[in-house]
Amino acid sequence: MPEKNIYDLIIIGGGPAGLAAAIYAGRRQLKTLVLAKNIGGQMGISDQIENYPGFDFVTGFELAQKMFQQAQKWGAQFEFREVEKIISQENTFVITAGSGQEFSARAVILAFGLTPRNLEVPGEKELQGRGVTYCATCDGPLFKGKTVAVVGGGNSALESVEYLSKLASKVYLIHFKNKFTAVPALVDRVKTIDNVEFICCARVEKINGRNKLESVDLENIDDGPAKKKLALDGLFVEIGYRAKTDWLKDFVELNQSGEIISSRDGKTSRPGVFVAGDCSDSQYKQVVIAASQGAVAALQVYNYLVQKQGKKILPDWGKTRST
Amino acid sequence: MTDDNFDQEVLGSSQPVLVDFFADWCGPCKMQAPIIEQLAEEIDDKAKIGKLDVDANPAIAQKYEVMSIPTLIIFKDGQVVERLTGLQSKDVLWEKFNSLI
Repeated sequence: MPEKNIYDLIIIGGGPAGLAAAIYAGRRQLKTLVLAKNIGGQMGISDQIENYPGFDFVTGFELAQKMFQQAQKWGAQFEFREVEKIISQENTFVITAGSGQEFSARAVILAFGLTPRNLEVPGEKELQGRGVTYCATCDGPLFKGKTVAVVGGGNSALESVEYLSKLASKVYLIHFKNKFTAVPALVDRVKTIDNVEFICCARVEKINGRNKLESVDLENIDDGPAKKKLALDGLFVEIGYRAKTDWLKDFVELNQSGEIISSRDGKTSRPGVFVAGDCSDSQYKQVVIAASQGAVAALQVYNYLVQKQGKKILPDWGKTRST
Repeated sequence: MTDDNFDQEVLGSSQPVLVDFFADWCGPCKMQAPIIEQLAEEIDDKAKIGKLDVDANPAIAQKYEVMSIPTLIIFKDGQVVERLTGLQSKDVLWEKFNSLI
């Protein structure tokens, strides 16, 4: 039987945390595999990033591409797969991807970020991509001159309304309470837009349509509008993100929001398993913070492997030398 | 692929065809591209893989009611056999292809 291919490190996630970790691990000459659904994660769909040091302005996709190429340059391998399971087996971790294929590594960095939250109402799943969507900047232009609604009350919801108001003929904002978590200046600005109508306080109860979205049923809350059907061509769900960690609950400690509990320097409750970026319990979810946590986690992995098996300490510029 | 050659390239193909409906302004579409490339390499000549810009080719995009991009549609013998919206991992795409090729 051929010897199983064991990596020094498997990084789960291809956003800024995972990519930065891959760069650092590669430079330490760790045999590294990145298992990711995609490159960039939330960063990849950000229209503009203006707070990443060294860049006045960069699109999230461009920054992701640069990090991706940099990680490949330092030897990291990539597989575009969704991870379903992880177990600890003797001295290695065995990770199962969606296809059933298994990958093994001596250390793991969890860096898969956050996943958009669903409404979880009848009709949502059936009409995804048929009028129900989770990304205004991606799908907005497909709804030119149409009637759409945005669900949510945070910055991303209000920004989506503002953006869509320039494309669609009518934009409703459906929010379950009178208060918004979005910054007040943004809320005030959106309130003055002619083709925008706020529906407070209501909840989407059901999404209707055959093959494509036709309407939603609204359920009133408190003194909100009476129960009614709202005819729509598009429904943009912008109700935030969650850490999709159900599959890890018996593996590492999670907090109440399902985020992975991290020490200051990226350790989880399980030795050999580290965490970086938005899926950790770190308070601030920012690209530069995720990237720095990725670097920390990779260096932790290196130290862990050195201590555990006496892996030879190599300078991180070793790759550039001809020897 | 374009409005003009779609019938011939896709509907008339003897092999299964995956069409990636995309647009230049769509971030996830750009993220989908390297995944599709990796898939195309692995799938080799067992299936055809192409992309269609929904802005430049609105007739086909409308015909297939593309309302979210990326939308990936797999055609076989001129019929839609799979339709996926949003970013897809390679595993998911392989799973769909496995029963077709």
